[in-house]
Amino acid sequence: MKSINVMIDGTKVTVPEGTTVLDAAKKANIKIPVLCYHPDLPPVAACRLCVVEVKGDRLLRTACSWQCREGMEISTKSALVRESRKVALELLLSRHPMKCTECVRNGNCELQDVANLLGIRENPFEYNERKGELDLSSKSIVRDPAKCILCRRCIRTCELVQSVSAIGLEGRGYDVWVDTPFGKGIADGPCVACGQCIDRCPVGALYETSHVDRVWRALDNPQKHVVIQTAPAVRVAVSEEFGLEPGALTTKQMVAGLRRLGFDRVFDTNFTADLTIIEEGHELIGRIKKGGKFPMLTSCSPGWINFIEHFFPQLLPHVSSCKSPQQMFGALAKTYYAQKFGIDPKNIFSVSMMPCTAKKYEADRPEMNASGYQDVDAVLTTREVAVMMKQVGVDLPNMHEEEYDDPLGVSTGAAVIFGNTGGVMEAALRTVYEVVTEKKLEDLEINAVRGMEGIREAEIDLNGLKVKAAVANGLYNARQLLDKIVDGTADYHFIEIMACPGGCIGGGGQPIPTSKEIRAKRIEAIYEEDRGYELRKSHENPAVQKLYKEFLGEPNGHKAHELLHTHYTPKSQYESDTAA
Amino acid sequence: MPDLSRIDEIVASYQSTKSPLIYILKDVQKEFGFLSESVLTQVARVTRIPLSDIYGVATFYSLFTTKPKGQHIVRCCNNAPCWVNGSEEVLQKIKEYLEIETGETTGDGTFTLEFTSCLGLCAVAPVMMIDDQVFGNLTPEKAVAILRDYKTKGSANA
Repeated sequence: MKSINVMIDGTKVTVPEGTTVLDAAKKANIKIPVLCYHPDLPPVAACRLCVVEVKGDRLLRTACSWQCREGMEISTKSALVRESRKVALELLLSRHPMKCTECVRNGNCELQDVANLLGIRENPFEYNERKGELDLSSKSIVRDPAKCILCRRCIRTCELVQSVSAIGLEGRGYDVWVDTPFGKGIADGPCVACGQCIDRCPVGALYETSHVDRVWRALDNPQKHVVIQTAPAVRVAVSEEFGLEPGALTTKQMVAGLRRLGFDRVFDTNFTADLTIIEEGHELIGRIKKGGKFPMLTSCSPGWINFIEHFFPQLLPHVSSCKSPQQMFGALAKTYYAQKFGIDPKNIFSVSMMPCTAKKYEADRPEMNASGYQDVDAVLTTREVAVMMKQVGVDLPNMHEEEYDDPLGVSTGAAVIFGNTGGVMEAALRTVYEVVTEKKLEDLEINAVRGMEGIREAEIDLNGLKVKAAVANGLYNARQLLDKIVDGTADYHFIEIMACPGGCIGGGGQPIPTSKEIRAKRIEAIYEEDRGYELRKSHENPAVQKLYKEFLGEPNGHKAHELLHTHYTPKSQYESDTAA
Repeated sequence: MPDLSRIDEIVASYQSTKSPLIYILKDVQKEFGFLSESVLTQVARVTRIPLSDIYGVATFYSLFTTKPKGQHIVRCCNNAPCWVNGSEEVLQKIKEYLEIETGETTGDGTFTLEFTSCLGLCAVAPVMMIDDQVFGNLTPEKAVAILRDYKTKGSANA
């Protein structure tokens, strides 16, 4: 690509053609303030904070969207630039409630940061509340339009990353705000509860429905036996909440921290991730042998399940009937574990620590009560667990190392890679290969399904039987594959779909910010964790083998079906349909 | 329940138009009076454009309405040239006469009162528009007389 030269504040910078002024400035170590810009999204130049002066241009230009041209001379610090940015920010602040101590994003807010950077100490503009009511309709996501600064990152994420478009702008000019059509609650439309909007929100206008209080109440109740399961993806991210670099592994410190919070048992969703592989692998083998719906689609990502129920209900027979690892765990904690240790299941309070907001919705689904009780009582995001730890002074990075409890804490490397895109596929193939071929799989790392591209394909030879697989992450990418299934042009056997970019490590419940670089570092950490396991194939998990022997019987057997499998509900993407 | 199949016909008539949404909404509003939830949902279904996008367009343009409106729409200009020529007094009198605020509809469903931006008729400011008809050189008294005229015409038709 052609290189061009620009001058930024007197410094010469050489960049490829097409580079924005913002990126060129970064190269010159000049930090231009931004609010509506997000590296995952195309620019909209809405907030006007990144304005710069370009020599010869009559108007100020927005650095996020303005492309460099050969010989361009840019000032990012002239008096006009400084004054324009200040006024733009003051106007944004004049519509923001400034109740920082009451906000979930206090201390991790881009508006606070920018106000601090620009040295705002008073505001000449008087506060004028933005219209829009607090939306508490969802089990997963709270929307507080009064805090919104109209950056539209949520709208762009919902539309472009997830192809859901649950929210949009309403009205115009001074009275514009972000809303659902006809001001219905977010739960009434096609929202899939993935929480990617939360992750992109620069302020506290979007956040998860908190389960912190109900978990503390259970922990404070001596009658309750409180267990927690931790998802694969949380262990490579929770440390970011404590200031460590993305990708820092603190799994054992996290276990110690959770025990410090008062959980009676610290278990691992990895245990039921291994179990999922056994059940789902046998389901796949069964479909291949007996003939079934192809391609088979994975079912562990609840945002994805919501998506297919709303947008492609006709394809639901393709989805594996396996519950997600969270819900398999929930069903077993109040049956197998309760029986084995003589605990009355009504006294068990089952908590999960998840990188995900849709898991809150999933736990609350009416069918998720195979144990006779609600299988999972509360779902904490990675962020909420960090809040609880900080509330009682757990300093995660400096905790000593502790191990998970037996038996629901025993797992393999195949389970931990569930946490990123391609991981379920790889884990399934490791097991399916050995079950079908009865040969030992030598090269465990199936690189064809690894990576961060939106859609990846691979063909795996199982003793002459070729399995065609595809992997998609982000629902926009998932939609491309689903359209192919509808057209009849998808000749895959097995497709893994994760709702969030990068898979669960990029989930809507993970530490904020999340960007492509951060997702890549978390994925690296996941594979590092996998390499550290002695056992790296789900069917080798001794605790899972014991579970079948003592309790479940056969994979896909009667009891397994009762506890570990589920059904799906076709839905409409329009609220007026459900009302009718 | 309105006959939503008309929407399919309207959408089909713009099949070869690039970015047809505004044209479709204009025709649909003409057909149904206003852009209700069931109407816009049908537009979304047929066009395969997300409802949130359609709703954004429908609420952005002041000539679209998502709520039922009166038989006549009265639009008073609130831009500067009309204002210096006394549009505020005119508006005040209209509000008193109709007993509503801007954005509201009279109890009998005859009038809806709205603001409009400049109509390009500053030479005869202050101005208002009733449906497709423009009235200039207004005074508070003249405005009320015009409205009274519409009211009697309306009841004569009824």
